[in-house]
Amino acid sequence: MNDAPLTLSQRILYAGLGLGLFFGLWAGLSGSGLVPRQFLPGPLDVLDRMMQLMTTPFAGATLPVHVASSFERYIYGVGLAMLIGVPIGLMMGWFRLLDDIVTPIFDMLRFIAPIAWVPFAALWFGTGIGGPVMIIFAGAFPPCLINAYRGARFVEPRLIEAARMLGTGNTRTILEILLPAAFPSIVAGLRVAAGLGWQSLVGAELIVAAAGVGFMMVQAQANVATPTVMVGMIAIGVIGMAIDVLLRQGEAIVLRRRGLQMSGR
Amino acid sequence: MGSIRFDNVSMRFGTFNALEGINLEIGEKEFVAIVGPSGCGKTTCMRMVAGFEHPTGGTVSVNGARVVAPGPDRAVVFQQFALFPWKSVRENIDLGLRNKNLPKSEREDRIARALKLMNLESHADNFPHQLSGGMQQRVAIARAYVLDPSVLLMDEPFGALDAQTRVVMQEELVRISRVNPRTVLFITHAVEEAVYLADRVAIMTRRPGRIKEVLDIKSIREAEQWDKHSRIEDVMDIESFVHLRTQIWKSLREEKGSDAV
Ligand SMILES: Nc1ncnc2c1ncn2[C@@H]1O[C@H](COP(=O)(O)OP(=O)(O)O)[C@@H](O)[C@H]1O
Ligand SMILES: [Mg+2]
Repeated sequence: MNDAPLTLSQRILYAGLGLGLFFGLWAGLSGSGLVPRQFLPGPLDVLDRMMQLMTTPFAGATLPVHVASSFERYIYGVGLAMLIGVPIGLMMGWFRLLDDIVTPIFDMLRFIAPIAWVPFAALWFGTGIGGPVMIIFAGAFPPCLINAYRGARFVEPRLIEAARMLGTGNTRTILEILLPAAFPSIVAGLRVAAGLGWQSLVGAELIVAAAGVGFMMVQAQANVATPTVMVGMIAIGVIGMAIDVLLRQGEAIVLRRRGLQMSGR
Repeated sequence: MGSIRFDNVSMRFGTFNALEGINLEIGEKEFVAIVGPSGCGKTTCMRMVAGFEHPTGGTVSVNGARVVAPGPDRAVVFQQFALFPWKSVRENIDLGLRNKNLPKSEREDRIARALKLMNLESHADNFPHQLSGGMQQRVAIARAYVLDPSVLLMDEPFGALDAQTRVVMQEELVRISRVNPRTVLFITHAVEEAVYLADRVAIMTRRPGRIKEVLDIKSIREAEQWDKHSRIEDVMDIESFVHLRTQIWKSLREEKGSDAV
């Protein structure tokens, strides 16, 4: 293996090559007539449809409006997961008793896929914003909690000892020692949470929502409007990737401030 | 204020006898160094005074009260500095003062004095990773001194520094101790360092950890006027210094048989 890092132009070249290959195959397959057009619309059909959806409503709204309503739920769900998960995780990392009480419950709950909460989400919240938020929360909460917990639990023991000999109380230790020490781990957890949350969002909207990208796709599916379904998929993929790229930058900045390097790419 | 007392202290880790029958009294404003080979239990002794560890036998007390938990009356300087990387020099020093709920003006006052004492004034707003090892250890010492602790516990504080920096820090510590005398328990495995710094040197042996003998340095230092020399290398040339050093070396060697210390 040649492990020399790629130059920027090389990276753009290879990425372009990959994408070109993907779209070429796609266009070839749908254009060849091997697959009925309705089963696999071509890239140009999809692009065309996307441009239309920018201004023409489908399932009650234009694409940007669907995206915006998805995004709103997403921010609530992930934000709530972070605001609740991080403090609980930190406290579990400091108070042994809390750790012993919460960990068994948590270890069971976190294996329930976010989608499994759909029946209750629908029952409790109907198609309002609550249902999808709850499902996103279910996806994003575990990584928020686990990473804060691990970060707090594995703080260098010397630093804890230093804080104790300086007479630092519990609240201040959590806020000023555990939180900053766990910060890189928390940011990494947030990235995972953001990804899982985004994935669960669309799943949730397929079932419990009256707007959003997922809802648009379900409606399109009912009308066999395959290009619209494809537009939804692409929107999900691109936005998900954009979120990840942004958070990755954020993580790199956080680590650089600490004089650390991010592992991998 | 500031006495330490080990009363027949023993420490077992599982079935391993780390310390046995430790008796030692450190008086007010006295500087006592413990020397011994690595693994003999020096750090454990210090950690019991700090309150990080509890003896399995006997009692450790400070100012006549048995040690139960860590606290700012027993400030610790760790070998690896243990500064908070996300806090500036000033914030590192301030934490202990904030914990004491001191008014802001007094905290600023005390921080300024501590920075001055350790020649850190120009680095107050730097972060630890921007400083050299020697500078970081100055911060750790300032963080301990600023608390005005009744005892100061130092566990091989200069062990992680390069030779030149170590010498400078040793001289600094002598200077500070003169300006601001404290009860100090100083752990080291460097014999010269112990003789240079301490009023008394306790020699420890291994398996189980015991105090073999305690030598009085202070009376000799005063009689021979080591203080007339400000540089450590001049002090280390004085005959009485050399004699004490050799005496400690021999004592450590005897114990260990043919092993090198
Ligand atoms: N928490 C612990 N658990 C088990 N053994 C320990 C623990 N702390 C120290 N020891 C053992 O006790 C002995 C003395 O350790 P220490 O006080 O660190 O020695 P020194 O500081 O003189 O090098 C060593 O053999 C060490 O391995
Ligand atoms: Mg040690």
